[in-house]
Amino acid sequence: MSTQSQTRSDRNPTEDPLWLKLLLGILAMLFIAIVLLLPLTLVFKEAFAQGVGALWTATTEPDALAAVRLSLTAAAIAVPLNTLFGIAAAWSVAKFDFPGKTLLVTVIDLPFSVSPVVSGLIYVLVFGMQGWLGPWASAHDIHILFALPGIVLATIFVTFPFVARELIPLMTDQGREEEEAAATLGASGLGTFLRVTLPNIKWGLLYGVLLCNARALGEFGAVSVVSGHIRGQTNTMPLHVELLYNNYDYVGAFSVAALLAMLALVTLVLKSLLEWRYADELAAVHRH
Amino acid sequence: MFLTVDSVTKKFGRFPALNGASFVAPQGGFVSLLGPSGSGKTTLLRILGGLEFADSGSVRFADLNWLDMPARTRNAGFVFQHYALFKHMTVAGNIAFGLKVRPRASRPSRQEIAARVKELLALVQLPGLEDRYPSQLSGGQRQRVALARALAIEPRMLLLDEPFGALDAKVRKELRADLRRIHDHAGVTTVFVTHDQEEAFAVADLVAVMMDGRIEQYGAPSDVRRNPRTQFVSEFLAA
Repeated sequence: MSTQSQTRSDRNPTEDPLWLKLLLGILAMLFIAIVLLLPLTLVFKEAFAQGVGALWTATTEPDALAAVRLSLTAAAIAVPLNTLFGIAAAWSVAKFDFPGKTLLVTVIDLPFSVSPVVSGLIYVLVFGMQGWLGPWASAHDIHILFALPGIVLATIFVTFPFVARELIPLMTDQGREEEEAAATLGASGLGTFLRVTLPNIKWGLLYGVLLCNARALGEFGAVSVVSGHIRGQTNTMPLHVELLYNNYDYVGAFSVAALLAMLALVTLVLKSLLEWRYADELAAVHRH
Repeated sequence: MFLTVDSVTKKFGRFPALNGASFVAPQGGFVSLLGPSGSGKTTLLRILGGLEFADSGSVRFADLNWLDMPARTRNAGFVFQHYALFKHMTVAGNIAFGLKVRPRASRPSRQEIAARVKELLALVQLPGLEDRYPSQLSGGQRQRVALARALAIEPRMLLLDEPFGALDAKVRKELRADLRRIHDHAGVTTVFVTHDQEEAFAVADLVAVMMDGRIEQYGAPSDVRRNPRTQFVSEFLAA
């Protein structure tokens, strides 16, 4: 009797029965295994199918290297620009009131709701030979479509929302009081931003930048439309994977795919390492 | 050297928050703005701090056209109801903030700042807590740190917005007494917003009872209590 009441009183009021916890846990694991882990493992398995040598050759041949270089260049331009834009947008949305604020938030989300292929086509419509600016650009010897500028523009468009989306709820939630306190203590606008706002958002910002970067490297649809698929010149890594795959070069395709996946994994590991290293500080900021 | 608030008005959209609030306080005075929520007391305080802008009216303080100055040049320490401490900085970092952001020419040396932080922590009775983070402090301790931070800049004016509103009764009383002691020690002109009349009467030299964006009655606590001038004031004080 007494032991029964003991176990009863030890129970957590929000706790569910064991069978339910097991069932849900197993379902979640299975889902993750089938949808996330299995494909990723297969990519690496196929890449190594004919040994490390074949993988090495496939990823170091000139066209593959050109694709890696192009992808990294596009990301290196798109990610900083979208970081700047994201901070500016989140700052103005979270800290100021102005007419058209809701509209701005909606527009920021646009690239998420528009299909990437459509985003790419927009640039073709604008910069193509039959487009608005195409004839003018080509008359001035400016190449946008089927060249680096088009790829960068398409990447920027598609990865536009990542940083802003990450920061807006965070900064809105933090409110304006710390900035107000900084102002009354004599800090300038820039000083307040660097000393108060930025430290408060740095983890969200880092996460947004990593997501933005991962997507920028991996973007396929929009870039595919504007790139022109010129092997060794305008093929990014994802496009190169498709090209190799369509040419029945499976080892090559999966090798480059594995490289692309590695880049993503490295960013994730980097993020986890940073979180682990700064766990104390993170806890101090969140626990409030 | 008076703080002269003259016919200050402020509207938020169509809602009039202040309808011509006026009062005069002597240098070094301690004024309580007392009133129910929505009476405009916090808006008036935020206008004094430069965090809100008046539609019309004027404020003169120490021969300065106060409302023309941006918040950061007013040198007015502000204490918020929910502390508004910098979460990512230690207690020492919070208190030193106002000194560290000064231009190089007027910035104290590192040793001077550390000494000042130590002195202020002793003043607010939190000696030795330099290296804690705000999340490791109780509400009362956080507000003491916020007070030390506001005092670190050697403010011309100290503004407190319901500073003890989120604290329990015992801590409120302790902090109230400490605030009065610190005020008398520093001699800084202080404006204190509260909806708690006991607090207002206990701590201030002058009480301004506010309603609907106006100051209904202004005077020494004993006067206001003995001779409520309008029906609103007598009802509010009886409640």
